[in-house]
Amino acid sequence: MSTSRPADSSAGAPAPHLQHHFTSPAQQFESVVLGMWLFLATEILLFGGLFCAYAVYRANHPEIFEYAHVYLSKSLGAVNTAILLVSSFTMASAVWAAQQSRARLLRIMLALTIACGLGFLGIKYVEYKHKWHEGLLWGKLYRPQHEAAPFSAHHAFEHGQTPPAAPTSAPGDTDVSWVFTPGDTGPRGLLAPGDTTPLVSPEPKVHNVQLFFGVYFALTGLHAVHVLAGLVLLGWTLWRAALGHFSAAYFTPVAMVGLYWHVVDLIWIYLFPLLYLIH
Amino acid sequence: MKAVVSTFPRSHVAAAEAGAAGDNYLTHAHGIRSWLFTIDHKRIGVMYLVSILAAFLLGGIFAILVRTELLTPGPTIVSADNYNRFFTLHGAIMVFLVIIPGIPAALGNFVLPIMLGAKDLAFPRLNLFSYHLWVLGALLAVLAIVTGSVDTGWTFYVPYATTTGMGGVVPVLLGAFVLGFSSIFTGLNFIVTIHKLRPPGMTWFRLPLFLWALYATAVIQILATPVLGVTVLLLIVERVLGLGIFQPGLGGDPVLYQHFFWFYSHPAVYIMILPAMGIVSEIVSVFSRKHIFGYHFIAFSSIAIALFGFFVWGHHMFVSGQSNLVTTIFSLLTYSVSIPSAVKVFNWLATMHGGSISLRTPMLYTLAFIFIFGIGGLTGLFLGALAANVHLHDTYFVVAHFHYVMMGGTLIAMIAGIHYWWPKMTGRMYSERLGQLSFAAVFLGFNLTFFPQFIMGSHGMPRRYYNYPPQFEFLHQLSTVGSYLMTVGFVLIAVYLLHSLFAGRRAPANPWGGATLEWHCASPPPAHNFDEPPPAGDPYDFNDLEYDARIGGYVYGTRPVAADSEPT
Amino acid sequence: MPPAASTIAPHTDAVFYFIYTVSLFFFTLIVLLMAYFVFRYRRRVEGERGPGRTTHHTALELTWTAVPLVLVVLMFYSGFRGFMNLMNPPAGALDIRVLGQKWLWSFTYPNGHVDTELHVPVDTPVRLTLESNDVIHSFFIPAFRIKRDAVPGRYNRIWFQATRPGEYLALCAEYCGTQHSDMLARVVVHEPGLYEKWLAEAADPFRTRSLAEVGQLLVAKRCGGCHSVDGSANIGPTFKGIYEHSVTLADGSTVVADDNYIRESILEPRAKIVRGYEPVMPTFKGQLKDREITAIIEYIKALSDEATKPRSDEGTEQ
Repeated sequence: MSTSRPADSSAGAPAPHLQHHFTSPAQQFESVVLGMWLFLATEILLFGGLFCAYAVYRANHPEIFEYAHVYLSKSLGAVNTAILLVSSFTMASAVWAAQQSRARLLRIMLALTIACGLGFLGIKYVEYKHKWHEGLLWGKLYRPQHEAAPFSAHHAFEHGQTPPAAPTSAPGDTDVSWVFTPGDTGPRGLLAPGDTTPLVSPEPKVHNVQLFFGVYFALTGLHAVHVLAGLVLLGWTLWRAALGHFSAAYFTPVAMVGLYWHVVDLIWIYLFPLLYLIH
Repeated sequence: MKAVVSTFPRSHVAAAEAGAAGDNYLTHAHGIRSWLFTIDHKRIGVMYLVSILAAFLLGGIFAILVRTELLTPGPTIVSADNYNRFFTLHGAIMVFLVIIPGIPAALGNFVLPIMLGAKDLAFPRLNLFSYHLWVLGALLAVLAIVTGSVDTGWTFYVPYATTTGMGGVVPVLLGAFVLGFSSIFTGLNFIVTIHKLRPPGMTWFRLPLFLWALYATAVIQILATPVLGVTVLLLIVERVLGLGIFQPGLGGDPVLYQHFFWFYSHPAVYIMILPAMGIVSEIVSVFSRKHIFGYHFIAFSSIAIALFGFFVWGHHMFVSGQSNLVTTIFSLLTYSVSIPSAVKVFNWLATMHGGSISLRTPMLYTLAFIFIFGIGGLTGLFLGALAANVHLHDTYFVVAHFHYVMMGGTLIAMIAGIHYWWPKMTGRMYSERLGQLSFAAVFLGFNLTFFPQFIMGSHGMPRRYYNYPPQFEFLHQLSTVGSYLMTVGFVLIAVYLLHSLFAGRRAPANPWGGATLEWHCASPPPAHNFDEPPPAGDPYDFNDLEYDARIGGYVYGTRPVAADSEPT
Repeated sequence: MPPAASTIAPHTDAVFYFIYTVSLFFFTLIVLLMAYFVFRYRRRVEGERGPGRTTHHTALELTWTAVPLVLVVLMFYSGFRGFMNLMNPPAGALDIRVLGQKWLWSFTYPNGHVDTELHVPVDTPVRLTLESNDVIHSFFIPAFRIKRDAVPGRYNRIWFQATRPGEYLALCAEYCGTQHSDMLARVVVHEPGLYEKWLAEAADPFRTRSLAEVGQLLVAKRCGGCHSVDGSANIGPTFKGIYEHSVTLADGSTVVADDNYIRESILEPRAKIVRGYEPVMPTFKGQLKDREITAIIEYIKALSDEATKPRSDEGTEQ
């Protein structure tokens, strides 16, 4: 992380951004960096609780995770991972640009980072929408359509066409829908369109699949909220950059937003394999 | 990364009385906005104090309602559902709004920078923000009362909390979430301030023990509170959207919730008690006019408590069905926390040995703390023993135990701290006689309230009972009478402290003879505390302080202070 | 501590009193020292100094770190032994299932009998399997020093062996709502041999069922072979829809099927024969008690009520 101190070029003259209770810009900058790291520690612990829930349920019910994770799109997850990695690079470049007082580069890099964040959320929206259509939601709202296809097999949908219509005998209208699992035919035992003979399920029936989607939505939802917050912060930073607030003498906000953004990326780097790449 | 150091004049000695007549933080600016949007840590501390005491009044009213209801078995003044609301609100308000923020946010905010020799906390605006979050949390709690209230108990156990029909559950959970962030930001601010804003000469081992305690507290606030945040967040989502992670009908595990909850809420007990211990360390030394005994042991025991405190949460679940191995490990670890606590008590006693003990109000409350915390701590040993815990779990024994620790410990120490720093905060002295009288009422009332509960609990009286077997009626009545006596004591405190604001004698800079830096500035302190930080010496060296009867306070003698300061 | 009535109780009490003694000793020591110091070193004149100058004494401090450490390890061990005993029931224990629900405990005995009281034989290990069908409850018998949560979605176990016949109280110790404090159950420890007798009597269905429900059981067991309850004809006439309706007898007269008619038909079956049926029914005199006959009448009555009402509320009792 680029946390080198601001150049103390203005030694002697009072720095304009120095608050009254600090004795030097360096002391102020170090304090802000320490404070930011502590805050990020709390953010990681916030996710830590959910990771614990994930670990407990995966250890107790590995079959749910193996069964359900194929309904997530590995390809979309991978694309999102790549997008966030690129955004980390552009963010780091933005901080470097600020340190070098290269205002134009700073603005470009911030804008690119924002674009990546928006792209990430866009893809996340597509994924969520698909889950919503398939009824692959958390706990109470889990109403799987019996012919729900694993996302990765859903070529038609990925090419922008409407997904196949749900079967008429959706179990969703009964009060005990949670005992149903996504398709007795199993994730790989797909029915061909128009084929009325169900294939024999190669896997035993798995119960409580909604647990996986509960954990999935909790983790990715909390992460998405953090991405959204990051975008707001980035927008604010870009606005201040456009006003020319940042230079080698003062770039603390850029550096701090950068740290935050990196941590948000880092959390996704863990989420992707834990949720998408179980097998 | 080391703070950049510039050289300060060594000759600086506190301007003692100089500032008293002039500008101070109270007179520095005027108007309601100058308070509500101030970034002065002292004003924020005072606002916290006032707000927290208001919340204490509210929580206290619920406590009195609960105690009154328990005067007789069966219905006395309210219905069972209202009784359940009252004890829930009493617990939630007292824990989240009063005891957790009490000492760090109110007293800590006020004295930490001054004790350290800094002009303010590292992030003054963040400090104000965390106060505003506290207010928001308090408003959400009030909203919860208005929108149908809560009857879940302050622990919000699932699936009860996800299924109860009361409408105030989500607001109160949101309140807890917001208050959690208030607490996190306070802790974050304290850690950065102690790390980065120590003036030259203020080495780690010259930190007053109260600051060690606040530092240890802040570490817990940072590490534990986020887990509470995510837990109540999950609970809200569970209740609103039916997430299913804790819901047994949907395959979730309600005991997992308990693990999450206590992973925060047990360390939270140390968020409550560590600052209290810090106050006691200060007061015992100052009012014995003797160097604190075993500074390093006390400092490190604070850190030890903070660390061990993270590994004992499972002792709240000995009968919940967690595995026997886990249960055994948690029992053993639980005992590890008792050692540093015992060390502190013995060190305080040793500090008094050979001192010159002044029984003024702060010291009386401090001695009360040692007495009450002694009982509270020792009864914890019963609960840590597995076989005894099975019997005592969720009985009045537990209720009595945690009131001895949380109320008799933290709240009594907070009252001691308020009396100790009152002259500094307000510039006024209160009536010593009334102070001693209030002490008698609070101390007797407290023990009368809670000691009978140990007896009831060991005889199998479960907690949160609206109705109870008639054999317990007399003990319940004793307890209720005790709570009324305590109330009289609290009202008395409020009366004479408010009276002192208008008619109290002007306070000298150093009325008790303390050697920590806050006694170096005037009472009340100027807006920016120090022009230049005073030189930091041994915070418990009282050798050079002499009593000056004319001003009714202590002043430094002719010998230059802090001659042994290490050069930087 | 309350009266002790289980094998585990003396162990728990021993742990309790061991810690009690140690705590009392240290607490007395602390308070006496505190009082002595306050008196001995009291400040007579403001500003005076005490005689003491020591700021630390490492050996002393290590001592009062180490001594409590040893003591608490002993405390841990004593509590641990008792707990392990409590968690491991001996083989062959009597199994009783305990269900907690708002706001009632119910106990299922090995013979299938369900009761709201816990009855156990003295000097016999009893293993309780706890479950809940709503929120968390906690099963607590102070006299036995046992407590265990009843958690929805999982089974928890605990065992005890009662040592003294008598009556005790079981309570709910985990807050569960409005009537949490009234969620009590009577616990009866029987003298040797009397438990079995109690269980046999308790299995008597009147204890836990309404008259009509008992009647339903009796009809299924004793009458179902010949009489239907759905309106269809069998060896005998159906029970459905006859109550207080007139029936035509073999001799052409009609009679209202009221309580006395049904009772007579059970005890003196040949007195009045319904037209179209053979007089083949044996008497049940001496086989059914009066209460049981009343129960059957109640059931027949209920069948008629049901027949005249639309069957919309079916299944709501589940």
